[in-house]
Amino acid sequence: MLTLLWTDMAVFALVIGGMLAIWRISKKKHLRGPWSEVFNRPMGAISFTVILAFLLIGLLDSTRLRYHDVLPNGEVNEHASLLSVLDIMLTPLRLQTEKTYSKPFAHTAYAKEMSTDADDGVTRWLYPRLTYGGAHLANPSVDKKSDIFVKTIQGLGYGFLAWAVLFLMIKFLSKRTEFFQSKALKYSLLTTLGIFCLVGVFATLGPYYHILGTDKVGEDVLYQAIKSIRTGLVIGALTTIVMLPIAITLGLMAGFFRGWVDDVIQYLYTTLSSIPGVLLIAAAILMAQVYMANNPELFTTVEDRADMRLLLLCVILGMTSWTGLCRLLRAETLKIREMEYVVASRALGVERLTVLKRHVLPNVMHLVMITVVLDFSGLVLAEAVLSYINIGVDPSTYSWGNMINTSRLEMAREPIVWWPLTAAFVFMFTLVLAANLFADAVRDAFDPRSL
Amino acid sequence: MINYIIRRLFYVFPVLLGVNVLTFVLFFVVNSPDDMARMQLGDKHVTQAAIDNWKQQRGYDLPLLWNGTETGVQHVSKTIFFEKSVGLFVFDFGLSDSGRDILADISQRMWPSLAIAIPSLIFGVLANITFALLLLFYRGSALEISGLFLCITLMSISGLFYIIIGQYFIGKLLVLTPISGYSPGLGAFKFILLPVFIGVVSGLGTGVRWYRTLFLEEAAKDYVKTAKAKGLSDLQVLFKHVLKNAMIPILTGIVVILPLLFMGSLITESFFGIPGLGSYTIDAINRQDFAIVRSMVFLGSFLYIIGLLMTDISYTLVDPRVRLE
Repeated sequence: MLTLLWTDMAVFALVIGGMLAIWRISKKKHLRGPWSEVFNRPMGAISFTVILAFLLIGLLDSTRLRYHDVLPNGEVNEHASLLSVLDIMLTPLRLQTEKTYSKPFAHTAYAKEMSTDADDGVTRWLYPRLTYGGAHLANPSVDKKSDIFVKTIQGLGYGFLAWAVLFLMIKFLSKRTEFFQSKALKYSLLTTLGIFCLVGVFATLGPYYHILGTDKVGEDVLYQAIKSIRTGLVIGALTTIVMLPIAITLGLMAGFFRGWVDDVIQYLYTTLSSIPGVLLIAAAILMAQVYMANNPELFTTVEDRADMRLLLLCVILGMTSWTGLCRLLRAETLKIREMEYVVASRALGVERLTVLKRHVLPNVMHLVMITVVLDFSGLVLAEAVLSYINIGVDPSTYSWGNMINTSRLEMAREPIVWWPLTAAFVFMFTLVLAANLFADAVRDAFDPRSL
Repeated sequence: MINYIIRRLFYVFPVLLGVNVLTFVLFFVVNSPDDMARMQLGDKHVTQAAIDNWKQQRGYDLPLLWNGTETGVQHVSKTIFFEKSVGLFVFDFGLSDSGRDILADISQRMWPSLAIAIPSLIFGVLANITFALLLLFYRGSALEISGLFLCITLMSISGLFYIIIGQYFIGKLLVLTPISGYSPGLGAFKFILLPVFIGVVSGLGTGVRWYRTLFLEEAAKDYVKTAKAKGLSDLQVLFKHVLKNAMIPILTGIVVILPLLFMGSLITESFFGIPGLGSYTIDAINRQDFAIVRSMVFLGSFLYIIGLLMTDISYTLVDPRVRLE
């Protein structure tokens, strides 16, 4: 049965909203031009495809059901737990937990312990075999490398096959529509090939090895890193949705009506932006924590609490981050309201709100779009910092910030535990880099001042 | 000029009042002092007497806005809003929830913060300008494209990684500097090196791109074309014209953040164990010491507004075309 949490619903509302926006944009020629320029650049097309892959994972992770797990020993768990479609797809990664740390692709544990040697049956200090990682191998020290090699090739093969099917489908369609012959699609398809091969390799190796190792409690690091994608996306996207209406309404009103409206709105954003952002967020989150601690009956499950906190964090980040865009829109509106076509339509007796909607709003939309894509990567990075100060997402939520936070101390261990940090780094870096490159392409295409 | 500054100072007051009201609402209205006491005392089965005692010790046992039991001015003055918020205006921060004098703590802890923040700012700006000028000089070449891509890459790495990786390689593997810690006086030098270096490197991506846009805007102006047409060399144009004129936005951009340097950096200070205001704030957040967080919010806003004022004034000093009315 489908059971959605609050942020899941927000995510789906966002996806529907995004589709509507794309549909509207595709109808308008002056917007379609710059956008097609964005996608026809190699960087624009490649980064967008990568972001799309992340989005798809985030969506799969937002579709939640009550599900009876099939445990690794074949039994069915009688208690249904709330799992996302992604969780179910990643069942081997999720359930094959070891006792504690193990290195990527390891077949033995990270630390020695007293256990019985399989060869001679004597109990001594040795690295015990892992329960799942490389457990299918009879003699790991000899055949592990070749096994990994064969499985990698297999994975690449599966990835390529899946991609070939997609490619042929597009080839078939491309005879009919002009879109499918665009340059954008070429770059995008090349990126897709890379992504498919990667997924193929992960899918064939994942059930047999811990590709990125396991963490302190033995959980697969790859699973954690993939699960963190949703948190990053939700923070980046929902915050924008909270921030946009405030920034647009207030910015346009201040610039268009001027007078006391302008004064009040200017006062509002000066006051708000004068408070150091982190402190304001900290204060709000502290207060929310006090509220949650004193009203435990409102949040019955751990998931509910964590989800509420994530939603709250987005709202708070949105409330503190609208000032920049608002200031920008106010300045632009001040310029536009003196333009001849605006003066003319006012002289012809058009309602002020209609002028605002028909003439001013469309002319500031490029600023809004540039800001939205620019802010996204900043928000994903901000999540990590906030989680580090303990004012970010709930500690039980998977997020890159939480991963970094726990792995910080592991760097001091001997031998050093580097893999959780590396995993968080690689995933976060990929998403943020793609977002930054995409933002650059969007800005180049839309900003008339850019050089 | 003096008139303008005085008028602007009057504008500071309502903004700070707004900040105060906002923090007051956040800290005392959303949750009552009773809630805070229960959270601080930690136990679900706290007695009302313990809560009252906690509140009385910290002066939270007054009404929020209006005290009906007192007379005259004390109707207003014997309240939480007056005692806890209005005092901030004269920098009377009072005692922290653990009983220490906040103002004394702040005046002691701002020096380590400045010891990190000032060199980071100076070396950061110098490095950013140097690389931005290099990119401008090699405009249109492969060097520029790879430089810009490197900037985006540097921008995409979380600040936390710079610190963790830097501490690991420079502090732990190469043992060039201590990993963390601080000592007052001249001994601070070796502790400052690593945080300053990491601060400069982590700001490079954003900084170089920002300065490059400034330079590009300047380089597109007519007088640059004239200078080139007169036969000046690229280097001469770059340093004598572009850099000189771009100094106006650069300087004013620096002035606005100068006062905020006192606040220190939250992340850097807590990673490197530097006893500055940044780590003070983080500790307060983690211990849920509301009095300190409230004081730091006020201090931060005050410094920000002073920064804005200083920017306005510095415009008139560096650019004679700007007159303040």
